[in-house]
Amino acid sequence: LATQLSLSLAECPGTGSAQAGRASACQGCPNQGLCAAGAAGPDPAEAAELRARLRAVRHTVLVLSGKGGVGKSTFSALLAHGLAADETKQVALLDIDICGPSIPKMMGLEGEQVHQSGSGWSPVYVEENLGVMSVGFLLSSPDDAVIWRGPKKNGLIKQFLRDVDWGEVDYLIVDTPPGTSDEHLSIVQYLSATHIDGAVIVTTPQEVSLQDVRKEINFCRKVKLPIIGVVENMSGFVCPKCKNESQIFPPTTGGAEKMCQNLNVSLLGKVPLDPQIGKSSDSGQSFLAEAPESPATLSYRSIIQRIQEYCEQHHFQEEKIM
Amino acid sequence: ALIKQFVTDVAWGDLDFLIVDTPPGTSDEHISTVEALRPYQLLGAVLVTTPQAVSVGDVRRELTFCRKAGLHILGIVENMSGFVCPHCSECTNIFSKGGGEELAKHAGVPFLGCVPLDPQLSQSLEEGRDFIQEFPKSSAFPALTHIAQQILDTSQRSS
Repeated sequence: LATQLSLSLAECPGTGSAQAGRASACQGCPNQGLCAAGAAGPDPAEAAELRARLRAVRHTVLVLSGKGGVGKSTFSALLAHGLAADETKQVALLDIDICGPSIPKMMGLEGEQVHQSGSGWSPVYVEENLGVMSVGFLLSSPDDAVIWRGPKKNGLIKQFLRDVDWGEVDYLIVDTPPGTSDEHLSIVQYLSATHIDGAVIVTTPQEVSLQDVRKEINFCRKVKLPIIGVVENMSGFVCPKCKNESQIFPPTTGGAEKMCQNLNVSLLGKVPLDPQIGKSSDSGQSFLAEAPESPATLSYRSIIQRIQEYCEQHHFQEEKIM
Repeated sequence: ALIKQFVTDVAWGDLDFLIVDTPPGTSDEHISTVEALRPYQLLGAVLVTTPQAVSVGDVRRELTFCRKAGLHILGIVENMSGFVCPHCSECTNIFSKGGGEELAKHAGVPFLGCVPLDPQLSQSLEEGRDFIQEFPKSSAFPALTHIAQQILDTSQRSS
């Protein structure tokens, strides 16, 4: 069984290929149905609709992690805040973690509802230039659980992309659930009608997290999603009392730095632990604004700048897809 | 299908306890796992959270999943609950504190305990060593053994 599984992963024909869903390696893959139904992208009518909807989005960044609990949503929220600090930029944050939608709480928008207008669903605005959309807004109680199988989730993701009236956006940040499952394939396929600048992958220094990141990197390469780089979160802790540093999540195999070197991927930065990060997230505030002098803030800002530079350099000429 | 195979086709032999580690979320894998295990003696579910509100927020939904799936809730564990600096012994609540305990109270389920952060735990797991054997003096040790004891007690009461 293990051999079959590893062969499958190695022999995925690629979701966009003619063999998608039909190769022998596709047997048992959770996305086989989607690929075989020719849904390697949205159908042409939907594709046109999607393109029209996202035509005014200049840059799209996916935030991925192979592993849960590494700080991906925290990073997505702070990336959005960091980019929106420039008031001339219009930023949008889309939370497609359908089972665990943390973004509303982190952005101080818990309890908000979405409104529908003639032009579609309106994002909820944190600032004038920072809009948010999450399945969390559709749940009436904090106890409600979205217990859906893949195809229904795919349908919702599609709807978010198609029906949200984002307007003109400079940066669309997409916060994904952990793993390389249907949600990821779904979002990449639907967005392939428009343009994704690239993916940022978040990890902790531990090997158990890096193992999943390597899979994530493979996934990105298979679906031809450019990798902007890797962020190593929870990278060391400085005791507030004695100022000594501890590696709470020891990088037993060299951490993200070694992995990035080995896989020829950019290490965007390392963010140390800071108890204020969790506190700010829990109270829906921007950690960057609440703790501007923290070493973690300096790290985040440097990483955000590198992402911005990457996007600006790879500026996509919209005319090319039309 | 794979999950069902892991349950039915693996030669587990005679077992006192089967621990099933699940991915995060309330999704296909969880539904399939509960369905595959239902014919067997499901003692229940242990829900793990960190102390922060955003983590607790997800676990509230997981509790709903358990209730809808008819899964008995053994209790909640508050993980990564505090870090004791090895240099000066100052305890810092890096991921806040108390969220797991509050949730257990609010939801009316047992609170199994807090497990503090210990770099030795992470390291020994990565190196495939037995943390319980090697680090009985770790601050995580009493917490983990206490949790295990409560589960043992529950299983003895129910058999």
